[in-house]
Amino acid sequence: MTQRLKLEVVDRRDFVVGAGAAAMLAILLGRSTAAFAQEKPPTFDEVFKKIVGDKKPEEGKVSIELPEIAENGNTVPYTVSVDSPMSDADYVKAIHVLAPGNPGPTIASFHFSPMSGEAKVSSRMRLAKTQDIVAVAELSNGSMLAGKRTVKVTIGGCGG
Amino acid sequence: MASKPRIKVPSSAKAGEVIEVKTLITHVMETGFRKGSDGKLVPRNIINTFTATFGGKEVFKADLSSGVSANPYIAFKFKVPAAGDLELTWVDDKGEKVVEKVAIAVS
Repeated sequence: MTQRLKLEVVDRRDFVVGAGAAAMLAILLGRSTAAFAQEKPPTFDEVFKKIVGDKKPEEGKVSIELPEIAENGNTVPYTVSVDSPMSDADYVKAIHVLAPGNPGPTIASFHFSPMSGEAKVSSRMRLAKTQDIVAVAELSNGSMLAGKRTVKVTIGGCGG
Repeated sequence: MASKPRIKVPSSAKAGEVIEVKTLITHVMETGFRKGSDGKLVPRNIINTFTATFGGKEVFKADLSSGVSANPYIAFKFKVPAAGDLELTWVDDKGEKVVEKVAIAVS
């Protein structure tokens, strides 16, 4: 903005120089955003550790409904749920869905409240290849639950 | 995010009943991992957050990532306390926001 204001009062030659500088700046900015886009997404282990911290999740307590064979990895329907009374004192705070075999391992994090009534959510995910889907649930008392389910993917859906 | 999202709730519910709210919105959900015809990565543009509130209180929230399919479908549960409006909000990486209100009738 300040640059544009200045340009209005300078002569033509200065204008050309200024425009050149602006173009250079645009190129540099363009480069830095491109570099940012290529930054590697966190690995599954990093993401998993960030969610569970130093706790050990109890296995097999999060149910994951998935097709056994997903023909199209672009859209794989799934349902995750945890048995919980969903009362003010005891409810599921969140369920995180992770796909370790995807370029970015996080699918989604769902946050519930006692107003949810049931800790259950259905959605559709992209899967790059055959892999084990992992779901981690955080309870209001601080404990962690986990679940795992294998899904076979015929055609990967990450459009590479 | 031009088109109107599709939202489905039961036509009426009893107070205290747990209902399912189904939502579907049109969005490319560009992953940021895909290369365009010019060989450059197409910048990520996804719906990153979806929230449902009832009477100003948050009922359900979803943080989405590139792994969510295009035109995201999300179905969640809601324990109806009383009649009122459920407010649903979608926000994408460009900051575009879609807000929809759906009336929950109690019989």
